[in-house]
Amino acid sequence: MSLALLILLPFGSSLLLGMLYLFTSLRSERLYALIGVGAPLLISLIALWLGYGQLQGAESLHVSLFTWLSIDALRIEFALSFDHLSAVMMAFVSVIGTLIHLFAVGYMRGDAGFGKFFAYFNFFMGAMALLVLADNPIILFIGWELVGLASYLLIGFYHRESANVTAANKAFIANRVGDFGFIMALVLLFGAVGEGGFSFSAIEAQIYSVDHALLSLIGVLLFVGAMGKSAQIPLYVWLPDAMAGPTPVSALIHAATMVTAGVYMVARFDFLYVLIPAVGLFIAVIGILSALLSALIATMQSDIKKILAYSTMSQLGYMFVAVGLGAYGAGIFHVFTHAFFKALLFMGVGAVIIALHHEQNIFKMGGLRRFMPLVFYPMLIATLALSGVAPFAGFFSKDAILAAAVASEYPLFGVLGLVVAFLTAYYMMRLLLLVFVAPAKHRHTSLHVSPYLSLPLLPLALGSAVAGFWGMGGAYGGGDALTHFLSLSDYAHHLTHKSEYLLALLSNLIAFAGFALAYRRFASGAREPQPTALFERWILERFYVDALYHALLVVPLRRISLWCERIVDDRFVDGTLGLFSGGYRTLATHFSTLQNGNVRHYALYFLSGVSLLSLLLLWRL
Amino acid sequence: MSPLHFLLLGTLLFGIGLVGVIARRNLFVVYMSIELMLSAVNLLLATFSRIRGDEGGAVLSLLLIAVIAAEAAIFLAMIIALFRAKRSIDAHDFTQLSQEHNA
Repeated sequence: MSLALLILLPFGSSLLLGMLYLFTSLRSERLYALIGVGAPLLISLIALWLGYGQLQGAESLHVSLFTWLSIDALRIEFALSFDHLSAVMMAFVSVIGTLIHLFAVGYMRGDAGFGKFFAYFNFFMGAMALLVLADNPIILFIGWELVGLASYLLIGFYHRESANVTAANKAFIANRVGDFGFIMALVLLFGAVGEGGFSFSAIEAQIYSVDHALLSLIGVLLFVGAMGKSAQIPLYVWLPDAMAGPTPVSALIHAATMVTAGVYMVARFDFLYVLIPAVGLFIAVIGILSALLSALIATMQSDIKKILAYSTMSQLGYMFVAVGLGAYGAGIFHVFTHAFFKALLFMGVGAVIIALHHEQNIFKMGGLRRFMPLVFYPMLIATLALSGVAPFAGFFSKDAILAAAVASEYPLFGVLGLVVAFLTAYYMMRLLLLVFVAPAKHRHTSLHVSPYLSLPLLPLALGSAVAGFWGMGGAYGGGDALTHFLSLSDYAHHLTHKSEYLLALLSNLIAFAGFALAYRRFASGAREPQPTALFERWILERFYVDALYHALLVVPLRRISLWCERIVDDRFVDGTLGLFSGGYRTLATHFSTLQNGNVRHYALYFLSGVSLLSLLLLWRL
Repeated sequence: MSPLHFLLLGTLLFGIGLVGVIARRNLFVVYMSIELMLSAVNLLLATFSRIRGDEGGAVLSLLLIAVIAAEAAIFLAMIIALFRAKRSIDAHDFTQLSQEHNA
């Protein structure tokens, strides 16, 4: 029952908020905020309570609410489950989601669509809860699609500007491409194992009977879905544009919901991916390429939110390296810690944007440390955590991934991972220095930061600092508690403690090198970069990927559409129809001259008819 | 004279009447053509009666001559009525059966 509540509460409150917004003239922000924050708060409490039960060793929960479809072999239960993986995901999604809701109360204050916003926001939480709690791939897919819908609604929230709507469409379409892969995978999977039940546990039991080639295809297609949802090459283009939405939306998409879904899905199908290491390698390659590409792009961006967007993509790349190499626990661990500091960073950035009246260019900011210490220090912690500085949360999770990569058959992933770590440290420190430390470009007298905007940062700062201890590896006195708790089909790797310390030292040194480089270049302020070198220009133009997609997909599609409209529809279809109607018309005109009212003519017709009949009779007889 | 000659004559008269109905515009000529066709048919009736050796047909055709005379009275009255309506006995002036002329 409590599982059903986890789904029903956010959807219910979303419905209630939507009804209130649409059908009543109530515009009390207090009321909307109360309902809008109350629902996620409740589900956080339930999720934490249930999660605590799982920690204490309770059985995983399985609830079948009703049979949704039952056609021959196709039997889909609307079933929810709450195992260790769901527990971890649900706990941080709901808690961080609640904090973001709280932040949104401050951020959206005074917006005409306040009620609508919270209706969408709760809907987003409900969709994510459905995705995480699903007991079979079909229900997971429903959640998956609803998450896409919610993101579409929220990215295009300021729908009066057409650029925002375009961004929302882009997100939706890119996700559709991925979803196509996902659907194909589900169909194939059902064809292979659907007869014997389609819940995750049933699939796991039958997975060994599936042909290896088919399994690989399913694995790749599932990952195509993850590419779309989790913004990996080549379907990542929507993520930076998704910054068009209000900042709390970005926080929610990047930290708690949406983009983590892909990693979660791969971890959920760990029993499948563990059998197809070649596909895993493909995932890892895509992951590391995405991580590198986006980290490079992030170093040259000047829009504060876009930097964070590319940073998310880069961190997602890490996670896919982990799950691709079979270190599912490490991947989920990074999802978990990343949620804390990425939510914090987005919310901090949101506070900055509000304080500066929607200025987003970091080169026009500066010196904000004095005015908003409650934003600066949490963001400093988050930056350190994201850059993987010991002992903050990001260090342990990133270290787990790097260790898994180094110990795998392909240590190159580890090396590239360290390069990405360097870039991460560089671009994050660049952001922090330019916004908070560099001399101010404008004289601020006082910048007001509402407590709604700054207070939710504090628990997240605490989380960014300490969340990593839960999954701390053996080398640091922990016992990989999180990984053991998740009990996914991780591949066993063994690094000696000594090499693990060495790796940690190396990654910290690299992070500090990134900080130092950023400090040298940006501590005393800088102008917006004017790219001179070819490579810099490439980075600034985001490797022309958007332009490439535009030229390869958008332009030909538009041409074909125009051709269809002008030639096929206008000339061919309308022409054929015109021939029919025009011919009929001409024929009718000719016929009508026969009926001229002249009785003598009628007599002629009559007589010709009689003559013909007579001839016929003569001939037949 | 064999009955074939009568049949030929009847057909010829009928054809003349037909051409008259179709080709002439004067209502009187049209009327006379119609009468001609009727008489041609009457002649054929009498001929067939003779061929069959059944005198009933000959009696019927005699009666029919009387009917034709009566019909002539009606026809002439109708032509007078038409002339009163349009001051014309040209068949082209009477096209009320077609829709465009009604309007």
